[in-house]
Amino acid sequence: MSGPTTQSADAPTRRLAGLLIAGAGLAVLVVAPFTGLYTVFLMKLMCFALFACAFNLMLGYVGLLSFGHAAFFGMAAYATGHVVKEWGFDPFLGILAGAAVAGAMGLVFGAIAIRQKGIYFAMITLALAQMVYFFCLQVKFTHGEDGIQGIPRGMLFGLVDLRDSLNMYFFVAAIFVVGYAIIYRTVHSPFGQALKGIRENEPRMISLGYPVARIKVMAFTISAALAGLAGATKSIVFQAATLTDVHWHMSGEVVLMTLIGGMGTMFGPVVGAGVIVALQNYLATIGSWVTVVMGVIFVVCVLTFRRGIVGEILARLPHRR
Amino acid sequence: MQLTKWAMASTALLVLAGAAQAEISGGVVKIGVLNDRSGLYADLSGEGSVVAARMAVEDFAGGLDVEVLSADHQNKPDVGSSVARQWIDQEGVDVIVDVPTSSVALAVQQVTSDTDTAFLNSGAATTALTNDQCAPTFVHWTYDTYALSVGTGKAVVEGGGDTWFFLTADYAFGHQLQADTAAVVEANGGKVLGSVNHPLSTTDFSSFLLQAQASGAKVIGLANAGGDTTNAIKQANSFGIVQSGQQLAALLGFITDVNALGLDVAQGLTLTTGFYWDRDDASRAFAERFAEKMNGQMPTMVHAGVYSAVAHYLKAVAEIDDDGGKAAVDQMKTMPINDFFATDGKIRPDGRMVHDMYLVKVKSPAESKGPWDYYTILATIPGDEAFKPLAESTCSLVAN
Repeated sequence: MSGPTTQSADAPTRRLAGLLIAGAGLAVLVVAPFTGLYTVFLMKLMCFALFACAFNLMLGYVGLLSFGHAAFFGMAAYATGHVVKEWGFDPFLGILAGAAVAGAMGLVFGAIAIRQKGIYFAMITLALAQMVYFFCLQVKFTHGEDGIQGIPRGMLFGLVDLRDSLNMYFFVAAIFVVGYAIIYRTVHSPFGQALKGIRENEPRMISLGYPVARIKVMAFTISAALAGLAGATKSIVFQAATLTDVHWHMSGEVVLMTLIGGMGTMFGPVVGAGVIVALQNYLATIGSWVTVVMGVIFVVCVLTFRRGIVGEILARLPHRR
Repeated sequence: MQLTKWAMASTALLVLAGAAQAEISGGVVKIGVLNDRSGLYADLSGEGSVVAARMAVEDFAGGLDVEVLSADHQNKPDVGSSVARQWIDQEGVDVIVDVPTSSVALAVQQVTSDTDTAFLNSGAATTALTNDQCAPTFVHWTYDTYALSVGTGKAVVEGGGDTWFFLTADYAFGHQLQADTAAVVEANGGKVLGSVNHPLSTTDFSSFLLQAQASGAKVIGLANAGGDTTNAIKQANSFGIVQSGQQLAALLGFITDVNALGLDVAQGLTLTTGFYWDRDDASRAFAERFAEKMNGQMPTMVHAGVYSAVAHYLKAVAEIDDDGGKAAVDQMKTMPINDFFATDGKIRPDGRMVHDMYLVKVKSPAESKGPWDYYTILATIPGDEAFKPLAESTCSLVAN
């Protein structure tokens, strides 16, 4: 939430604090699987955290609500599943292929949708995502309702056996860190400043000579590729790519995660994903009531802490503003 | 001297304790009932299967410590496989039962065969489970698409319905059921004029039914199940399809579907089932106990199959004192099954439990004497004819 002007004042201390936080985050990632927490749950959490962060890049920093991010998430999962299972790709190459497919889709979708703003943008992305959903329902390689099942986890670079859940965990953690770093770098670069500028005042950015449309399409492509990275990783973790991943529910879920955690913050989507995934996990026994519980949480969030969990904490910290 | 004695004794004890743990993991046999508890298959499996599993535990737990868990897989393969994985990794579940919805069953099959966990399927239909995707930890208990098509398909063609159009649920089960039935129809001199796929859990069948009507086929084969079948039949009824001379063949019909439709609509349907509650004294006794716990609902073949499978599993585990997946299933394969569900039932190497199936006709409201008095048994199909011959199996466990 820091504006461009506040950064110069005490840059060294800020940098140090940033490094400390990053170090603590990494330590948590390394220690987490040894605390007795279920590794598959942690991996799922990281996949969704990355997905939410990628989504947040559009919503939080460009101010555009995409309601079709499940298309990138799910299509990448299918692409990865297909190349790994049918063509025998290495899991790493498979994930890259999935992210590349999502990125390419993002470029096309972005070019179409970016002409509009607000509700129209959301509707166009939703419509495109629904087209992808029905495409996935009909074509042969996705296996319709069955989905692609039994995707082998295989050997990473032919060396590391990913069937071992601890190896898989660190592989996913590495992907998450890289994805998160890319988003961090994007947001804290001149390009990121331009994005925030577009969010705050688009006509002014145009008058300053920024190629606004191109910047937006680029941001959309990066966001889509990273959402794809998350979906591709999930398909390797769960060894399945199914219609759930491309369904509009998934698009809705990621909006929920981002809003609950705090949009426009770096760490908010991670917290939001944690809350939602944990709820789904621990309330699974009550079946379809999970949706109701999540709905209530969403309403409470919007009514009482509109900035989201992390957003609210940041806003109350004394040294800011 | 004293010390060494102590050391030896305690070592021996430790070894014994270790050995005992290797037998029944965690000292408890945990049964996970995984099925649809909220969607279109909730009536035919759902809570009823949990009740049936608990009844089997009451009757056959013996000296074993047994626990029953349940969860909703929402008919989604990814949900099903992650619940199964979590159950096995975290809860120490030893056997997963029921699992309707073929796509979910296939996903769970991957997990259970990877982790040496027994998987006793009652609710799913696809024959892929005992063919290409068979596993040594798996038993398919109640029915499959082949048995359904042999029963209903043959009976309908012999009754004069020799041209068919299929309405097919668009996933593993529907496609398999359509393929198996088409083969039976053609083998008996019938002809398949066409087919249309509909998504799982469809509410509006009008466009599919109109295509079926336009095809001019004598028989519309419903290769779907549960809520989809009842919806299709109801809507066909309001379109006047049956009145205009086309016949509906519900390839998979459960007694709960008949109950949902009412005899007015359902009368005259020919169905194939693995169990009918009002068949003999033993089946009636089971059904009455079941109904008491389920507010008067009679068991479907899936519920009865869950009871029978869990009972047989517990007997096998007690016999060998081991709840490893392959060990338990191997033992189950050596024991014949004799209960209200099956007479001299046997589990083949590919995991198919072979038992008699029944061809039934739904009674008219006049014939029915009371609630749940729905079927007349037309014929008993002996197990060896009802199920796909072992010689044709593509399962890797079968030496062909």
